[in-house]
Amino acid sequence: MKRGNEILALEAIRPSLDVERLREDFPILRRKVGGKSLVYLDNAATTQKPRAVIETIRRYYATSNANVHRGVHTLSDRATRGYEEARVRVARFLNAREDREIVFVRGATEAINLVAQSFGRPRLRRGDEMLITVMEHHSNIVPWQMVCAATGAALKVVPVHGDGELDIVAYGERLSHRTRLVAVTHVSNALGTVNPIREMIGMAHGRNIPVLVDGAQAAPHVKVDVRELGCDFYAFSGHKVYGPTGIGVLYGKREHLEAMPPYQGGGDMILRVTIERTTYNEIPYKFEAGTPNIAGAIGLCAALGYLDDIGREAVAAHERELLDYATETVGEIPGVRLVGTAREKAGILSFVMEGVHPHDLGTVLDHEGVAIRTGHHCAMPLMDALGLPATARASFGMYNTRAEVDALVEGIWKAREVLL
Amino acid sequence: MSDLRSLYQEIIVDHNKHPRNFHRLPDANRAAEGDNPLCGDRLTVYVKMADGVIREIGFVGTGCAISKASASLMTESMAGKTEQEADALFERFHAMVVGSDRQIRSGLGKLEALAGVREFPVRVKCATLAWHTLRTALKTPGGTVSTE
Repeated sequence: MKRGNEILALEAIRPSLDVERLREDFPILRRKVGGKSLVYLDNAATTQKPRAVIETIRRYYATSNANVHRGVHTLSDRATRGYEEARVRVARFLNAREDREIVFVRGATEAINLVAQSFGRPRLRRGDEMLITVMEHHSNIVPWQMVCAATGAALKVVPVHGDGELDIVAYGERLSHRTRLVAVTHVSNALGTVNPIREMIGMAHGRNIPVLVDGAQAAPHVKVDVRELGCDFYAFSGHKVYGPTGIGVLYGKREHLEAMPPYQGGGDMILRVTIERTTYNEIPYKFEAGTPNIAGAIGLCAALGYLDDIGREAVAAHERELLDYATETVGEIPGVRLVGTAREKAGILSFVMEGVHPHDLGTVLDHEGVAIRTGHHCAMPLMDALGLPATARASFGMYNTRAEVDALVEGIWKAREVLL
Repeated sequence: MSDLRSLYQEIIVDHNKHPRNFHRLPDANRAAEGDNPLCGDRLTVYVKMADGVIREIGFVGTGCAISKASASLMTESMAGKTEQEADALFERFHAMVVGSDRQIRSGLGKLEALAGVREFPVRVKCATLAWHTLRTALKTPGGTVSTE
C-alpha cells in the first residue's frame, strides 16, 4: 500500500522539471550580456546547446574523426557507426517505421527543397495545384514557388483567422482534384499556432494527396509520431532541438523515397559509376551526396538523447506553463496586444505594443540582457495577412524560468518608460 | 540606462511620437520609396525641387523610432538645400552614424542626437533608411531603395 502511494506520488511529480539543475548543463546560460544575466528567449530561432552536445562533438573530432561509409580502418568504422547510430536515434525520435526513412540534410530548409525538387517537380504540371498555408515560414513557400515557376503549376494558399488559427474550412475547399501536394507547418514559427495536422493529413489522404509537414518549430515542443500522423514527409532542424547547426532531418515514407530521383549527385549516393552511366545507391544514401555532416549528426544524436533523458512530456508541460504565465503577464501590460491567440499553441508568444516599434523594444530588451526576436520572422505573407509589418516574439525552451518571463515583463515596462 | 538614453534621446522620442513633415506632397516632383524588409520599415520621401533647391520635403511610412525620428530630423535639415548640399549633408550624417567620424560634435546640430546609433551597429540601417531614400529620390525620380 505504501509503495503504491509512493508510485502515485512519483507519477504526480514527473512532469515538473528541475530547471535550475538542467540550466547548469548549458554553459552559455552563465554568460552576461552587457553586464546583465542572459535571458535567452529566442529559442524559436535557435536553441542553446547542452554540454552533452558540445562535448560529444569535441570528443568526436578529438578521438574518432574520419570519413564515413568508405574506409576499412578503425576510425572510419567508428565514425560510420556514430553517424548511423544517429540515424537510428532520429528514427526512434520520430517513431519512423524504418531507419532508412531518415535522410540527413543541412536543416528543414534543405529537406523541403529536396522534396520540392525530387518529389514535387516531377509530378507537377501546368494545371496542377500545390497547396500551402499563409502561415508558412519562407522556407516552406519559396521552394514551392520555384517548383511552380518551373512546372507551370499554381500555388494555392490556405488563409488564417485573425487569432492565428488556420481556416480549416478553407483548407477543405482548396483541396481539389488538381491538388498534387500539400505542404504545411506543424507549429507556426511566428505565432506558435499548433495546426491540426493529423486532421489535415486525413483530409488530404482522402483525396490521395501526399502531405509534407514542416516540423522545424514542432520538434522541440511537441511529441512527433510520423506513423500516427501518417504524413508522407516530415522535416526538422537539429539546431532547434538543442543540437548543432548544419544538420537536419527529412523523414520520408520508404515508397516515396525509393521512387524519387536523387537531389544532388556526388560521392556516397552511388553504387557504381562509369562515364556512361551511374547506378544510384539505395535509400537513404541516394539523397546524401558528398561527405555528410558527421559531427552534426552525432551531435544531434546527443541532443535527442539529452531531450529524451529530460523527458519530452515534462519539457512540453514546463513550456506550456511558461507560455501561459507569459501570456498572462505580458498580456496585462498596457498597450500590448498579443498576436496569435489560437487555442493550441506551443512555445511562442508574439506581440506588438502601441507606440513602440518591435525593433526598439528589441533594443531596449537586449540592453536588459533579454534576447527576443523582432521583425517578420521569415513569414512575410503571414505578416501581410495580419496587417503587421513586424512583431516582437519571445520563444521558450526547456531551460527558461518564470523569473526570466518576469525579466521580459520588466524590460517591456522599461521600453514604455524610454519610448513613450 | 545611460547608453540607452544616448540612443533614445528626448529629441528622438519626440520626433518619433510627433514626426515633422509627416505627409505627402501633392505637387512633389521627386519621390522614392525606401524599404528595410528585415525590420518591416517602409517609407516614402517626397521632394519638391525648384531651381535646383529643395523647396519642400515630406515623408510617410512606418518604422521604428530611430528610422522615423531620423526621417523627421532629415526633412527639417534639408529644406532649402541644393542637391550638392544635400549630398554633402548625407555624407557627414552617414559618417557620424557609422562611426567613421568619431568627433563628438559633428556640427550637425539637431542631427547629432542620432550619433548614439554608432554604438548600436544593427540599428545603423534604421537611421540611414530615409537618407538613402532621399538620395534615390534626388538622383532617380520614382526609384526604390532598400538598405538590406
